[in-house]
Amino acid sequence: MALPAYATPLERKWHVAFRVLCVLVFIFLVIPVLIVIPLSFNSEAFFTFPMPGVSLRWYDEFFGSERWMDAIKNSATIAISVTFLATSLGTLAALGLSRAGFPGRAAVMSILIAPIIVPVVISALGMYFFYNTLGLISTVPGIILAHTALATPFVVITVTATLTGFDHSLTRAASGLGARPLTVFFRVILPLILPGVISGALFAFITSWDELIVVLFIASPETRTLPRQMFSGIRDQISPTITAAATILILLSIMLLTTVELLRRRSEKLRGIRP
Amino acid sequence: MVSTAVPAGGLIEGSAVLKSHLRRAERTRKLRAVGLVLPLFLFIMVSFIIPIGVMLFQSIYDPDIRTLMPNTAAALDTWDGADLPDETVFAALVQDLAAAQKEKKAALIGRRLNYEMSGLRSELVKSGKAAMTMTAGPYKDQMIAVAPIWGDRATWAVIKRAARTYTPYYYLSSFDFEYTADNDVVAVPEGQAVYKAVFVRTLGISLLVTALTLVLGFPVAYLLATQPPRIANLLLILVLLPFWTSLLVRTTAWVVLLQTQGPINDLLMLTGLVDERVQLIFTRFGTIAAMTHIQLPFTLLPIYSVMKTISPSHMRAARSLGANSFYAFARVYFPQTLPGVAAGCLLTFILCLGYYITPALVGGPTDQLISTYIALFTNSTVNWGMGSALGTILLASTLVLYFVYNRLVGIDRMRLT
Repeated sequence: MALPAYATPLERKWHVAFRVLCVLVFIFLVIPVLIVIPLSFNSEAFFTFPMPGVSLRWYDEFFGSERWMDAIKNSATIAISVTFLATSLGTLAALGLSRAGFPGRAAVMSILIAPIIVPVVISALGMYFFYNTLGLISTVPGIILAHTALATPFVVITVTATLTGFDHSLTRAASGLGARPLTVFFRVILPLILPGVISGALFAFITSWDELIVVLFIASPETRTLPRQMFSGIRDQISPTITAAATILILLSIMLLTTVELLRRRSEKLRGIRP
Repeated sequence: MVSTAVPAGGLIEGSAVLKSHLRRAERTRKLRAVGLVLPLFLFIMVSFIIPIGVMLFQSIYDPDIRTLMPNTAAALDTWDGADLPDETVFAALVQDLAAAQKEKKAALIGRRLNYEMSGLRSELVKSGKAAMTMTAGPYKDQMIAVAPIWGDRATWAVIKRAARTYTPYYYLSSFDFEYTADNDVVAVPEGQAVYKAVFVRTLGISLLVTALTLVLGFPVAYLLATQPPRIANLLLILVLLPFWTSLLVRTTAWVVLLQTQGPINDLLMLTGLVDERVQLIFTRFGTIAAMTHIQLPFTLLPIYSVMKTISPSHMRAARSLGANSFYAFARVYFPQTLPGVAAGCLLTFILCLGYYITPALVGGPTDQLISTYIALFTNSTVNWGMGSALGTILLASTLVLYFVYNRLVGIDRMRLT
C-alpha cells in the first residue's frame, strides 16, 4: 500500500497517522498475551517491571503442587474423551449432511450448531438442572457429556467445510468397483477429509481443555479442571504460579492451532483450492 | 448399485421399472444419510436441547409452595383476597407448617415466600416451631399472636400467588415489576429496581465494546488487506495469536496487567502521566479494555475477509476519475466493506451479551453483566426460577440477533480461523 507519488501533503500526514494507529493496535493485541510469559519467570511474587531476577520457582510450584497436577489430570482425561466422542459423532454427521438432498438440512444443521450459538452460561444452566436429575453433577462423565455437546459443532463445521467440493464420484467409483461402505469410508473418504477431521478433533480438544463456565456450574472440588483451578487462583490470591500455568496454556494453544492452520492449507492443496 | 438392465417388456414399461428402482435407491441413500446424522442428533438432543428445555420450563414452573403447603394452597383456592382468610385456612396452615417443620422444610417455604416479601423467612421458621406445639383451635388468633405477618392480608396474597404451579412471577421480576396485595402488577419503586439497570448495562457495555473493536479493527483490517500476501500473512499471525489463546488466559493476562502493582501502572508512573498508582483492576475501564482486547479479532477477521475480495482497481479507477483518496475511500471502498463490518460487529455484539468470566474477574460489582446474575441465582442464592427467567431472556435476545446474522452472513459460513 505504498503511497503514490502524487499524494497531497494531507494524504501523506494521514498515511503516517494510519500507520501509527495500526502499530498501536498490534501492540494492544499482542502485548497483553505475551507479557505474562516473562512475568512467569520472575524471582519475586510481583508483577512489576523491571523484574528483580529470573527463576523457575513458579514452574516448580506449578509442577510440584498436587492441586495443579490433579487439575491437569482431570482436564486431560476429560478433553481426550471429548475429542474422541466429538470427532466420531461429528464426522459421521458431517458425512450424512453433505449427501445431496438431505431432508431438512438447514433445520438439522442449526440444531447441531446450536451449542456454539447459545451463550455458554445458558447451556451451563440447563445442563446443571437436567444433569442434576440424572445424577451426573460433579462427575467426570457429566462434564464429558457437556463438553462433547459444546465441541461437536466445531467438528461438524470443519469436516463439512472439507467435504464441500469433495468429489463424490470417487466414492461411487469405489463402490462400483465392489468396495463395501466401510472400506469406502476408510480407504477413500477418510484419507481425503483427514485434515478436516484432525482440525475438528483439535478444536474439540481445545474447546474442552479451555472450557470454564460449564465446569463452574457442574464440577465439584474433586472434578476440578485446569481452568477451574486457575479461576479460583485468580479469585483468591493472584500468584505468579498462575502466570506459569497461563504460559504453558499459551504455548499449547499456539502449538495446536499452528497445526490446525497447516492442516487447513494442506487440505486446500489436497482439494486443489488456491488460497 | 442401481440395476440398469432394461427388461424385455418394452421401453415404456422398462423406464417405469427403472424409475422405481431409482426411487428405491434414492430412498436407501437418504436413509443412510439420516442414519449417519442420527447419533449426533440424538446426542445433542439429550445433552443440550433437553437441558435448554428444562431451563425454559424452570422459568415458569414453581411447584414448591403447592407441594410443601398442600392444604393451605387448596384452602386458599376459594379465598377472594378481600379480607383475612377464615379459620379453615388457618387450620390448614398450622397443619402444613407442623408437617413441614417435622421434615425440616419450613425454611424452604420461607425461602420461596421471601422472594416476594422480604422478612418472611425468619417469621416462617418461628411459626413452624410454634405450629408444632399447637393442639387445638381456634388457630387464627394463636398464629397472629406468634407472628403478626399472619394478620396481614399481603402475606396471604403472596402465599396464594406462590401456590400457583405455573407463574409469570420470575419474568415480572426480571423486568422489575411486582405484585401489590391486590394482585395488581406495578413497577418496582425506583430505588429497588435492579434488572433494568443490568440489562441497560449489558447492552451499553456490549455496544461500546463493539464500537471500540470496530474503530481499532477496521484500520488494521484495511492494512492487512492492502499489503502484499507475504507481509499480510505475517501481520495476520499477530491478530491470530490472541485469538488462539483461551479466553481465561487472556483474562488472566489482563488481571496481571491491571494490578495496582502491575505493568500498566509501571508504565504510567514511568512516563509521569500519574503521580501515584491508580486503581485499574475491578473497574469499568479494566472490563472494557479486556473485553475489547478479547473481541477485537472477532470483529476484525470478517472485515478483513470481505476487504480481501475488493479489487484494488476500484480505488484506482475512482482516483483516475478525479476523486481524492478520502472521497474515493468513502464513496467507493467503504460501502463495499459494509457486509464484513455488519458481520463482525454483530458477532462481537452477540458474544458480548453473554460475557461472564471476564467481568467476573476484571470488573467490580457494578460492572457485572446479565450472565453474572444468572450464575449467581443458580449457584449461590439457589433461586432457580429467577436464573432461568433471566437466562431465557438472554437466550431469546441472542437467537433474534443470530437470526439477523444468519440472514446477513449465513451461519454455515461462520469462520473458525
